[in-house]
Amino acid sequence: MADVTSPAMPRSPSRMAKRIRALLAEPKVIFGGGFILILIILAIFAPYIAPKDPLEQDLMSGTLPPAWIEGSDPGFLLGTDDLGRDVLSRAIFGTRIALTVAFVAAGLAALIGTLLGLLAGWYGGWIDKVISRLVDIWMAFPPVLLSILLVAVFGSGVHSVIAAIVIIDWTRFCRVVRSETQAQARMDYVTAAHTIGFSRVRILFSEILPNVTPVLIALVSLEMGIAVIVEAILSFVGLSVASDTPTWGGMIAEGRQMIYQGWWVLVVPLIALFATVLAFNQLGDGLRRALDPVMRR
Amino acid sequence: MTSPLLSITGLSAVSDRDGKAPILRDVSLTLERGEVRGLVGESGAGKSTIAKALLGILPRSVRITDGSILFESRDLLTLSARELRGIMGSEISLIPQDPQTALNPGRRVEAQLTDGLRLKRGMSSRDARQRALKLLEEVHIRDPERVLRAYPHELSGGMRQRILIAAAFALEPKLVVADEPTTALDVTVQKQILRLIRGLQEAHGTAVIFVTHDLGVVAQICDSITLLYAGKVIEEGRTSDVLTHPQHIYTKSLISAGPRYDRPDAGLTPVPQTVFEQLRREIGIPEVRR
Repeated sequence: MADVTSPAMPRSPSRMAKRIRALLAEPKVIFGGGFILILIILAIFAPYIAPKDPLEQDLMSGTLPPAWIEGSDPGFLLGTDDLGRDVLSRAIFGTRIALTVAFVAAGLAALIGTLLGLLAGWYGGWIDKVISRLVDIWMAFPPVLLSILLVAVFGSGVHSVIAAIVIIDWTRFCRVVRSETQAQARMDYVTAAHTIGFSRVRILFSEILPNVTPVLIALVSLEMGIAVIVEAILSFVGLSVASDTPTWGGMIAEGRQMIYQGWWVLVVPLIALFATVLAFNQLGDGLRRALDPVMRR
Repeated sequence: MTSPLLSITGLSAVSDRDGKAPILRDVSLTLERGEVRGLVGESGAGKSTIAKALLGILPRSVRITDGSILFESRDLLTLSARELRGIMGSEISLIPQDPQTALNPGRRVEAQLTDGLRLKRGMSSRDARQRALKLLEEVHIRDPERVLRAYPHELSGGMRQRILIAAAFALEPKLVVADEPTTALDVTVQKQILRLIRGLQEAHGTAVIFVTHDLGVVAQICDSITLLYAGKVIEEGRTSDVLTHPQHIYTKSLISAGPRYDRPDAGLTPVPQTVFEQLRREIGIPEVRR
């Protein structure tokens, strides 16, 4: 992501502190951001936090229920799947793929989409026509099908998943940034910047981009949530990483087959997925409120 | 007398949008150094087009077909974009119309007020800040330290307009184009703003092009007046002469159409249709457009 503040605006540490305080006053940022932070810690320190090896099979203790249900084994807090693998440990290791995809895919999609959106919105003319038609054509493809197709072509693996998400979802950023740029370009302050003698490139990056950023931040957060879901879908259909790496989507696929024997195998990753997407959305909304100087009253 | 600061000769422009409709018809205008000229006319008279042409911010749909704009004997219409950028801000600057949108909502006042100083004068942030404080004092803003730290939305409309005026005069330009700077403001604030512009203009010897549709504003601030209708100069002269002895019937009826504060019961007299018909005949507009 590009720097939020314009280079022409030096900010003293105390002002930085003020901005951070404003962020911390927003409950959505606290809850969403806090949850994501916990996930990041879980992902990084997964081998130390997870009680069991996520791949270790123990056929003697297959399909054990979570700890609070009768017949459980206190060693398996959230139960086991049919191969006797610890569901909790698998869910914890699953955050690694989910977060990697979320951050890298959303970041790259935002970068490409924002750049093209800024160009289209600011320069207009044939540049806008080419980019806009490209977006139109792009969006005519059903996204899930397209991503399955792309991964099928690239071969499975986390890189392909990321590539698929970026290739599909840059259009979201492009469309929003383009229209937001156009709206900002009509504002008098842009005219005023012209009359100071700023170059067009400078006006775009130091006047318009900072005003597009709040929307962009919200969008990146949403996109991270979407990326987590897309990754889960691709894992579910077996097109993401190899099956020896635990993923939430893969767990959901396995749990679906044994939903009557052990519902927790399905429900645990589902809750993880749901909570993560919710947290990203909340964080995005909170950030937008806290960072937008006009909304921050 | 040396050559005038600004001399517009035979300027004509058409709109590419509505079927090559003429926007300016052979407009000529000269402006001396330190002169305040009111550019008056109703909507669509071409006053804003002239202002935009001076600032090099004409929309793409407007095409200049003929004429020249000589600013200190450089033709603004033939300069390259780079040369034009060199003049804008430091020699010609703008006081925008709407203080609500003319300041970037995402940047602090300090950054915006010092843009020109840092870009055009190469000042350090510290020096530019000192200069900005002086400028804010010049436009009578109390507590300038606090205002510099503020975002535009934290300030009132009058304050913002003062900041924009400070920014316009920051680089000591030779010409300030004021594009209806009081229309968006409260009537009580209007008067203060007019006085402020006049005061700064006199102190710095700056020439001002004052775009407005309000003859009352012109009477208060302008040395001379150029009245436009449908892109054509209808009447021109010293403000006192034009307002007391108007030559053209359009000017006469405009002046008598204004509200009479001494006789509130008199009501408003609209400009008669026959005057517009005469105007259109003189200019040569075939079709009735109103």
